[in-house]
Amino acid sequence: MNPNPVDLIVDKYQEKRTAIISILHDVQDRYKYLPDEALKMVASRLRMDINEIYGVATFYKSFTLTPQGKHSITLCLGTACHVRGGPKILRELKGLLYIEPGQTTADRQFSLNVVNCLGVCAIGPVMMVDRKFYGEMNPIRAKKIIEKLNNNRRGVKS
Amino acid sequence: MRTVKSVKDLEKWKNDILSKQKRHEIIVSVCGGTGCQALGCQKVKATFQKELRKNGMREKVALKVTGCPGFCERGPLVTIFPQNIFYQRVKAEDVPEIISETIQNGKKVDRLLFEDPEAHRKITSSQDIPFYKAQMRLLLSNNDLVDPTRIEDYIAIGGYQSLAKTLFQMRPDEVIEEIKDSGLRGRGGAGYPTGKKWEDCKKESNETKYVICNCDEGDPGAFMDRALMEGNPHSVLEGMLIGAYAIGANQGFIYVRHEYPMAHKNAETAIQQARRVGLLGKNILGSGFDFDVEIAKGGGAFVCGESTALIASIEGRVGEPRSKQIRTVRQGLWGKPTNLNNVETWANVPLIIEKGSKWFSSIGTEKSKGTKIFSLVGQVKNTGLVEVPMGITLKEIIFDIGGGQQNGKRIKAVQTGGPSGGCIPASLFDLPVDFDSLTQVGSMMGSGGMIVMDERTCMVDVAKYFVHFLQEESCGKCLPCREGLKRMGQILDGITEGKGNEESLSLLEELAEVVADTSLCGLGKTAPNPVLSALRYFRPEFEAHIYQKKCPAAVCTPLIQYSISEVDCTGCGVCVKVCPTQAIKGEKKQSHIILAEICSKCGSCKDVCKSNAVMVQ
Repeated sequence: MNPNPVDLIVDKYQEKRTAIISILHDVQDRYKYLPDEALKMVASRLRMDINEIYGVATFYKSFTLTPQGKHSITLCLGTACHVRGGPKILRELKGLLYIEPGQTTADRQFSLNVVNCLGVCAIGPVMMVDRKFYGEMNPIRAKKIIEKLNNNRRGVKS
Repeated sequence: MRTVKSVKDLEKWKNDILSKQKRHEIIVSVCGGTGCQALGCQKVKATFQKELRKNGMREKVALKVTGCPGFCERGPLVTIFPQNIFYQRVKAEDVPEIISETIQNGKKVDRLLFEDPEAHRKITSSQDIPFYKAQMRLLLSNNDLVDPTRIEDYIAIGGYQSLAKTLFQMRPDEVIEEIKDSGLRGRGGAGYPTGKKWEDCKKESNETKYVICNCDEGDPGAFMDRALMEGNPHSVLEGMLIGAYAIGANQGFIYVRHEYPMAHKNAETAIQQARRVGLLGKNILGSGFDFDVEIAKGGGAFVCGESTALIASIEGRVGEPRSKQIRTVRQGLWGKPTNLNNVETWANVPLIIEKGSKWFSSIGTEKSKGTKIFSLVGQVKNTGLVEVPMGITLKEIIFDIGGGQQNGKRIKAVQTGGPSGGCIPASLFDLPVDFDSLTQVGSMMGSGGMIVMDERTCMVDVAKYFVHFLQEESCGKCLPCREGLKRMGQILDGITEGKGNEESLSLLEELAEVVADTSLCGLGKTAPNPVLSALRYFRPEFEAHIYQKKCPAAVCTPLIQYSISEVDCTGCGVCVKVCPTQAIKGEKKQSHIILAEICSKCGSCKDVCKSNAVMVQ
């Protein structure tokens, strides 16, 4: 039987409790979110109170306890992106997807998140779609990107 | 890869690399920074690879992917050495022409050169471009020369020579004296004298001590630490090694924020390479000094840029700050003496050791020495990373380097210091940029974000933006920060929605004072700065929102209305296509109208209208 991925991750960090943040990052990279079962396993392997792990998982914004959509849309709302029209793009995205930041569409296709700075300020507003950066965004380009991802999906189905 | 066991080995290695490099007649250097990646540099690199192979030129031409040279807005950037030809906005389609024209025939491809916006003259080398001309690139210039994933490139430019000098020619006390004499102050924002911090940490009589590199660059609008860590991670490691030797630490940590995957990757690669050759580990260069570095990853919490919160995070706890009655140099990571410096501070250290404290302290002003990297962003023509000597004026940075206003819009302020700083009005642009001058006018230098704002930016909206930012990022441990910022946010929300009244501003000021005076850590203590500085210099904008219920910059949506000028509208219908809410109606070639009740005020119509017929009031 193949070893459980969570076990492998905890092994990689030699069961160190102080590595909890790195462990959670790796678990999230594997599942795209932090499943309850995985957290329970981490807790038992590290001999940590599960509540303490939830404390860490909910304090740090990078972690999510809910399953994510197929495509992740991350909009930067750092100061430079803000003054260059980031909020307009957010309004457009919310209108297109009918969700708020931090939520996932009902069909599990898109998750929308906002971050405080991606550090690509010189070409803002910046949007990250499935880990790919897009610079000099505007509402029209954002709409095109979403529509393209949506059309691709339909293309696969038909 | 070889191992380096002595200074002699290091010297020999450097010479071997240099003689090998001579074999390449031409170097093509492609920027691989995050900015250029967003603009498509990976395709450019892949096409170079393919084309060079196809033309059988791989022996003659070296292809190098470097860190960020700073002029992100013009990316992807490609430089051809030794001619030093600077190509900007390069696309994959341009690559065959660069190879046939420049590399094979030595001719320039004019359309890819930078054009001087005033003289309309093409400029060949980056140092002649106004954006670079007024800079003093002590740290960033190495980003152009080094492939950050190859330790050999760093060795070739004299890397780890300062470490060798420190280990064999200087006692720890002498290193600390040198750093103190240089006048280096912490580049993370507070400007604490680096040498003094090291001295305090060295004094502690504890066998275990730690050094930490703070790469949790959370200030929105700042990305110089990312560029250094991505572009030249070995310079940071060398700085940490020197600091650790001076202080007496054998273990270091680099805390990298989660939003910087490439900085994390390049730092990890650099550590592994340094370890493999013996520049990290036991008995470094045969000196008897042991030192190693681990990376700790952040989790997207802004407060973790604060030293005690960062330490809590490395320890695997939630990132809540503690009172700093006992400083971290006495009790830091796991209760041991800990010296924490920012990325840029560490990167300055090898330079000071190499060239001497006298040389370093000759740059800058009386109390702020050396250079500082700023990220010049926002509503300004040239955006990117700029490294300038301390004491240069804001005007020189924004107008000479930044090229001034965008699309003829009047620049009204620059925001420095991130959420702890403030907005400096254009009337004060003659101010020299150093630690003390910016603090005097109610802002601060901070880590180096410089966000230029023009007439399209509403200062009330900016104040509101920062308060909401900090409210969200407050860890919640102390009440003034947790509750005070929430209430300040509510007042500002009210003002931008047209619900402000006579008492709003005085209440806001009173609350700001309480939050600043009674919060536990730097986040709360400095949180009111953006609001207070906006009130100090842009009060009429607040009053317009409250008394006239108008937003002069036309940003706050509840106070604005979009309409179409009947005279100017040509009825082309472009706006109809882009309107996300189908709020624009009208026959083709007839004047159009906007239905106010459906309009989401996104401004897309205004952005696309060619006859400037969309009005906003």
